[in-house]
Amino acid sequence: MRQDTRMKSDLGGSQTVVEPISSPLGALGDGISLQAVGHSYGDLRTIDSLDLQVEAHSVIGLVGPSGCGKSTLLELICGLREPTQGTIEVAGRAAAEDRLARCAFMPQRDLLLPWYSAIDNAALALRNQGMRRRPARAAAAALFDRFGLAGFEGARPAELSGGMRQRVAFLRTLIAGKPVLALDEPFAALDAITRAEMQEWLAAALRTDPRTVVLVTHDVEEALYLCDRVAVLSARPARTVAELSPPAPRAEDRDAAVTDPAFVAAREAALRALREGSR
Amino acid sequence: MRRWLLPAGLLGLLIGLWQVAASTGAIADAFSLESYLVPSPAEIASSLWENRDLLADNAWVTLREMLFGLLLALVVGIGSAILMQRWRVLRDAAYPLVVASQTIPILVIAPILVVWFGYGITPKIVIVALICFFPITVNALDGLRSVDPEAIKLMRSLDASRWQRFWWVEAPAALPSLFTGIKIAVVVAPIAAVFAEWAGSSAGLGHLIQSDGANFQVARQFATVVVLSAMALALIGLTALAERRVVTWR
Repeated sequence: MRQDTRMKSDLGGSQTVVEPISSPLGALGDGISLQAVGHSYGDLRTIDSLDLQVEAHSVIGLVGPSGCGKSTLLELICGLREPTQGTIEVAGRAAAEDRLARCAFMPQRDLLLPWYSAIDNAALALRNQGMRRRPARAAAAALFDRFGLAGFEGARPAELSGGMRQRVAFLRTLIAGKPVLALDEPFAALDAITRAEMQEWLAAALRTDPRTVVLVTHDVEEALYLCDRVAVLSARPARTVAELSPPAPRAEDRDAAVTDPAFVAAREAALRALREGSR
Repeated sequence: MRRWLLPAGLLGLLIGLWQVAASTGAIADAFSLESYLVPSPAEIASSLWENRDLLADNAWVTLREMLFGLLLALVVGIGSAILMQRWRVLRDAAYPLVVASQTIPILVIAPILVVWFGYGITPKIVIVALICFFPITVNALDGLRSVDPEAIKLMRSLDASRWQRFWWVEAPAALPSLFTGIKIAVVVAPIAAVFAEWAGSSAGLGHLIQSDGANFQVARQFATVVVLSAMALALIGLTALAERRVVTWR
């Protein structure tokens, strides 16, 4: 059983110390390494020979045209699938079950279980790891406060707004305490305003709790704002057509960051690469 | 309110018409029957009251057959649904047989079961269970299979064991569908129990209807039908109530 997820506040209430959630498997070398990875469904080749290196505690974005195999790539990294060729290492381990143990997957739709309250949904990973209900809820409750969900612990998913559901879903992924987070278009279903808010929110969450993150998105701006590096993938079979380094990853002032000339230039470069790769 | 008032009003109207038609002898004349063979609702009601002890005793017999049969069908039905969900080979092998088994008329099976198990409660329980097994199994399996494959991937990534996946995702997801199956089973259970009693019995509402037919006790036959329907309606109501308590997320 793990002891983590603490938000401590002294009795005076004047100061709040936020401690990151520890990830026990991830002391050193939580990076990801893909070497000549290929994948096919039968005759359908989804991923060509792909090489990718992701440093520990950095955020990599994967953008590409729809149906290019981004989600498949994410499932491969997470150990939910095996590549048909090449090797994938997560924190130095290549076996699928080791990857599964080191990655927490956040699917496109929130997939919160409608029969459980928000807090029980968030605490799911802890319960799976054998923690009893009460301590698991207590651990999740601390994060509810930090992530602006206080007061909604007992709410059923159907009673939450889209943004709140995604926050609960992200919390559920984070609380698993794994070194790598694999996010599959986490904000695709949200409206533009909520999406921008959620991007800022995720940036803040990652500043407090650095993890190795693989973010799949079709939103170039989202990728350039949140990621340290962005890989632009081609249409199926996917290969890397460009790698970009955004100018100010996860800047506190999102509005300023995305209107910065360097950012705009990077966005144009990414869109150009995307267009070329779609052909 | 409207949901209750309208059907109740229609029922009242139909009973009223029946009362008039029966007490004036219109129905009996139309079919050239003796008037005691066409009891009016008032006569049925008085028969219901006069025979209340006899009807209660026989209703208890039939109710037990239905409840034990339903219980057996639930245990076996849910059990086989879980096994068929867990092992694909088993599903592929057994599911077509489960469907095909429904083509065997229970009328044919019932006398055989009486030969095997005698005139006691056992053959009745088995027959009720045989009939109720199908809707429960099929709906439970449908429910278990309705789980989003993405949710299973998510649970794997969140370190869920197969058992945890079942308890926290598959079983709750199957509940609404399972209740659909139970409701169908509850509707057919009284029919099954009556069939079973007709195949050979010494008590029960089905037995009573049969023996009263031989004695032209038509008013009491109708009274028995009323009791049987009331029992079935009560069971359906209880099932709906249980569903509302259990499936709170719909």
